[in-house]
Amino acid sequence: MARIIVVTSGKGGVGKTTSSAAIGIGLALKGHKVVLIDFDIGLRNLDLIMGCERRVVYDFVNVINGEATLNQALIKDKRVSSLSILPASQTRDKDALTKENVGKILEELAKTFDYIICDSPAGIEAGAMMALYYADEAIVTTNPEVSSVRDSDRILGMLASRSRRAELGLEPIKEHLLLTRYSPKRVEEGEMLSVEDVVDILSIPLLGVIPESQAVLKASNSGEPVILDIESDAGKAYQDVIERLLGETVEFRFLVAEKKGIFTRMFGG
Amino acid sequence: MALLDYFLQKKEKQVTTAFKAKERLQIIVAHERTCRNKQPDYLPQLTEDILNVLRKYIKVSDESFSINLDKKEGNLNVLELNIELHDEKSRD
Repeated sequence: MARIIVVTSGKGGVGKTTSSAAIGIGLALKGHKVVLIDFDIGLRNLDLIMGCERRVVYDFVNVINGEATLNQALIKDKRVSSLSILPASQTRDKDALTKENVGKILEELAKTFDYIICDSPAGIEAGAMMALYYADEAIVTTNPEVSSVRDSDRILGMLASRSRRAELGLEPIKEHLLLTRYSPKRVEEGEMLSVEDVVDILSIPLLGVIPESQAVLKASNSGEPVILDIESDAGKAYQDVIERLLGETVEFRFLVAEKKGIFTRMFGG
Repeated sequence: MALLDYFLQKKEKQVTTAFKAKERLQIIVAHERTCRNKQPDYLPQLTEDILNVLRKYIKVSDESFSINLDKKEGNLNVLELNIELHDEKSRD
């Protein structure tokens, strides 16, 4: 059985695509067959983060309209052969996606792949609803910041009421919290919500904490998902996320600020 | 001077902005969750209609009447009516 995982958030710019790319590569590196689907019709970006933007010929909507087969549209990752990407279309009508035709495509993909990662668009419009509709699990990407936390809570409401699992009265979508752009230093200074605060408010299990990191921008600049930057803090944090997704218990890292200098310590900072 | 500022600031830091953020979020999120689980749109009209029918036969004040739609496990919904009947004497 393929696991369908939606990476969602409500708010834009919190790291959904970065996380989708990292998780897709990470799972594939573990030997699983993974397909990453960009649901952001009209604002395709996953291809850029994955570094395959020049290889896009056909897209999701082409497949839905029968203008291309799935195999023609899927782009095989050059780094990890068990990973494929289904790009979003760039210019087409957003209403092209319906529950029926998306369902058919997911069913087809589930025959070949172990993991189907759906990169959701921001917002709570049709595109975002479509991305979460068939999900078995949801990775709710959240920044430690008021608007993001509130929007994540809205999305949790949608997962519980608007998904296929909710409509059919099946076991609810398994929710995971992925806290991104975390800055332990600012938390210690009382300027940022802590992991505990966010977990407290959203009350869903914590999947990972990704520290605010310069590696993320460098990774997107070069189209190499940050998990491949194995020496970076963010890369390591995403590797831990993969372990946890696969059922391992891994201690959380990067939750405390780096050791302070002797002066600040002397003055009790 | 910077050192002095530092210590003064430290004292004022009792209520951090992160603390404020958490408080505000807890309130708004709790509020939005109750709205989210709100009753369906038809419920006010249904209440009105049921009351009108009841009042053809018995005296029912707004306070002695309550209606509730509860979601149980799975697909089961329970519509609960609670009507307090007053003494016959007070009926007239």
